[in-house]
Amino acid sequence: MNAAIRATALSKWFGQGALRTPAVREVSFEARFGELLYIVGPSGSGKTTLLSILSGILRPDAGTVELEGRDLWSLDADSLAQLRLHKIGFVFQDYHLFPRLTTLENVAIPLILQRVPWDEALDQAARHLEIVGLNERANLPPVKLSGGEQQRVAIARAVVSRPDLLILDEPTASLDGDTGRRIIDFVKREVLNAHRCILIVTHDSRIFEYSDRILHMEDGRLRQVEEHHVHE
Amino acid sequence: MHGILRIAFKLLVNDRGKFAALLVGITFAVLLMVMVTSMFAGVMSRASATVINTGSSLWVMDPAVNTVANSIPVPDYVLDAVRSIAGVKYAVPLFTGSGLVKLPDGAYQAVSIMGLDDSSLVGRPELVEGHIEDIYADNGFIVVKDSEYPKLGSPHVGAEFEINDHRGVIVGIGRVASSGLFGIPALYTTYGRAVQDLPSTRFTMSYVLVEPKTPADIARIARQVADLGYRALTKEQFIQRTSSFYKYQTGVGINIMLMTVISFIVGLSISGQTFYTFILENLDKFGALKAIGARSRELIAMILFQAAFTGLTGYGLGVGLCAVLIAAAKMRLPSYAATVTFFNLGMAFAMVLIITGVASYTGIRRVIRIEPFDVFRA
Repeated sequence: MNAAIRATALSKWFGQGALRTPAVREVSFEARFGELLYIVGPSGSGKTTLLSILSGILRPDAGTVELEGRDLWSLDADSLAQLRLHKIGFVFQDYHLFPRLTTLENVAIPLILQRVPWDEALDQAARHLEIVGLNERANLPPVKLSGGEQQRVAIARAVVSRPDLLILDEPTASLDGDTGRRIIDFVKREVLNAHRCILIVTHDSRIFEYSDRILHMEDGRLRQVEEHHVHE
Repeated sequence: MHGILRIAFKLLVNDRGKFAALLVGITFAVLLMVMVTSMFAGVMSRASATVINTGSSLWVMDPAVNTVANSIPVPDYVLDAVRSIAGVKYAVPLFTGSGLVKLPDGAYQAVSIMGLDDSSLVGRPELVEGHIEDIYADNGFIVVKDSEYPKLGSPHVGAEFEINDHRGVIVGIGRVASSGLFGIPALYTTYGRAVQDLPSTRFTMSYVLVEPKTPADIARIARQVADLGYRALTKEQFIQRTSSFYKYQTGVGINIMLMTVISFIVGLSISGQTFYTFILENLDKFGALKAIGARSRELIAMILFQAAFTGLTGYGLGVGLCAVLIAAAKMRLPSYAATVTFFNLGMAFAMVLIITGVASYTGIRRVIRIEPFDVFRA
């Protein structure tokens, strides 16, 4: 399988002088298309910082990130934003759905940012809501949905623009065990495909069984790579 | 509408509580600003009613005159001297004063009297009833049919009345562009009858009305009038002088300015604070949009659109409400002095631009600073 994203010697520090603290230290790995990769570790281990660097949101102090062979951090801010918009889908821990928009409009946002005409964006969003089984909730505001349903809306929003890389930040943190497992099972069955790589940051061991590989982080370093199952 | 602006629109109007608070802030600020300045404009217009209604190009007066209502009589030789100035097409006397009319029920009503030049009747009102030549009839007066007209018992042509113990007859009913400031009816008669029937000082001529041969002659006429020890003002200058007097020498202008500033501050406070809160509440969502791939300029466009939409809607509602209130007031009080001018509307619009500009600036600063990384830190 081809590398979807490749990190080479990534390092990131926060603070100045004596307070300078390393968040990510010399992290190198690659994630492949068709792979469901977990980044796990205790709080403060640098998972979120690493995720932010990989997704082109936080500039590293050292190292490179290549997305489909393109050096992410050699791009200017606008190009980076465009790359995120077209190539990366995000599912945030708190979903960050707009409570004043309908579920359908929330899902359509990445397409609208891509300047897809309004009606066409809503049509595509409706198809993705159908995939996540929420087409009957399309006109409700997200606050009327359960936590699991909101998570599925966030997933629909993340994949509506058909990104190559999907990033999920603590996707089960606000869900009960069963709902969390159902969500990840859904992601693995319906969202993952041979042209997409999915990175999940979590410390929820209940969903580890769905991963293809797990990167264990500790004190900003990559300590262990655990192979579970690799799609062919 | 571009999709991102449509999203901005929905975010704004679907948050009904905040949107209503924003509109209330701007609407009432505009309402107060336009209302106060319109009342001032109305008062100013009425203060110069005589100048506006008479329509003369150039007014010669005592230099101490500040408003048209407070004339200082000038000696007759001034009229002759002005007539002899090169460039003067004609010059006529004008009497302005006041009198007391005894109504049929025995009550007295103050009136303003305009005495027009006997031969030319320069400055006469437009007649809606009667014939202008009847003003030369015995005791002939023309009454102005305006909001004050009913105070004389709405007299018809031929009605007799008593003014300063002299008999008067209504020979015509006229109309003028602007009613006076002091809420009293207006009567027109000839200059000769006015000085004969009404008590006056040694000098009887209030103003000399001058028509120059060409506009270029005005400056020379004014210089020569000044050499005589008097002042010549164009119609616009006289209106401006009257307006300046009320603005700067009576405290009215300062009070109006204070009211306008207070309205502006109230609008800015309510709208600025509400809009800023609106942005703060959506800050994490803006951060999420940034993470997804929205560029800063797109987020700025969203905020500016929201601010502009709110500002324009509030401005429209404020102006509309003001117009309705003024119309309603004029229906109940015909003499209600308020005039919405383009200047007032423009000033209120500029104030709204400042309010929305400041409100959106504070929001934009926060949105520009938000790091998408913060979204991941939840």
